[in-house]
Amino acid sequence: MATELVLELPNDPRQIERAVDSVLECCSACQGHGRKIRLNLRVSLTEALSNAMLYGNGRDPEKRVRVAVVVREWEIEARITDQGVGFNPRRIPDPTAPDNLDKSRGRGLFLMRELMDEVYFNEQGNEVTLILRLRPDGKARGTGGVSV
Amino acid sequence: MGFVVDTVGDVVVVEVEGQLIVGNRQELKQKVLERLERGDREFMIDFQNTGYIDSSGLGVLVSLSKKIREQGGTLRLANLNGDLRTLFELTKLDTLFEIIDSR
Repeated sequence: MATELVLELPNDPRQIERAVDSVLECCSACQGHGRKIRLNLRVSLTEALSNAMLYGNGRDPEKRVRVAVVVREWEIEARITDQGVGFNPRRIPDPTAPDNLDKSRGRGLFLMRELMDEVYFNEQGNEVTLILRLRPDGKARGTGGVSV
Repeated sequence: MGFVVDTVGDVVVVEVEGQLIVGNRQELKQKVLERLERGDREFMIDFQNTGYIDSSGLGVLVSLSKKIREQGGTLRLANLNGDLRTLFELTKLDTLFEIIDSR
């Protein structure tokens, strides 16, 4: 059985914390995965929402961000969609390279990739899907997007 | 959620209450730069009461560290909990900062 949650958010970064809290509440049945939820999911979701509002939607207060979450027994899937033109995630530099360490770009996407089991974008680059597996044998469902 | 600035000896100590995120990072930057412009050179940011730092917060710490070093000063980070320390290790920022267990 799956639990689903859909949020339509105004493009206001002050909404991020409350939205993330709502998603975490939706995952309250995932007992035994406290740190994965508290750290991995919380950080990745926050970064995805921040990227969507600041870069995807370009801080435009007229735009919105959609969050669709499905909590299954074996995985959590979160899809974040903005109304921007999209971007190419492959062009984001590695923020941990020695020359990039004191720069600000790319750290959010890097954290998502490190903390989630799967991160992929749609072709346009305005929708990111985050998969967190709750079981070692949990199978993620890909939809043919661009894995990064 | 906010910042408490105190001076202990020659060290400016900034306590981060709650979170250091995109919504309040500029406030931290402003508070530290004000003290840097007034001549302070030793800074410590205390995360004892901090639940979360996002990538924008990490970015502002990097930026402040650079500005303080350019002025011949030092920035140390104290009391990072396990989750926060993990974020610094993943991003390799633990190699950029002096991180201490307590004040």
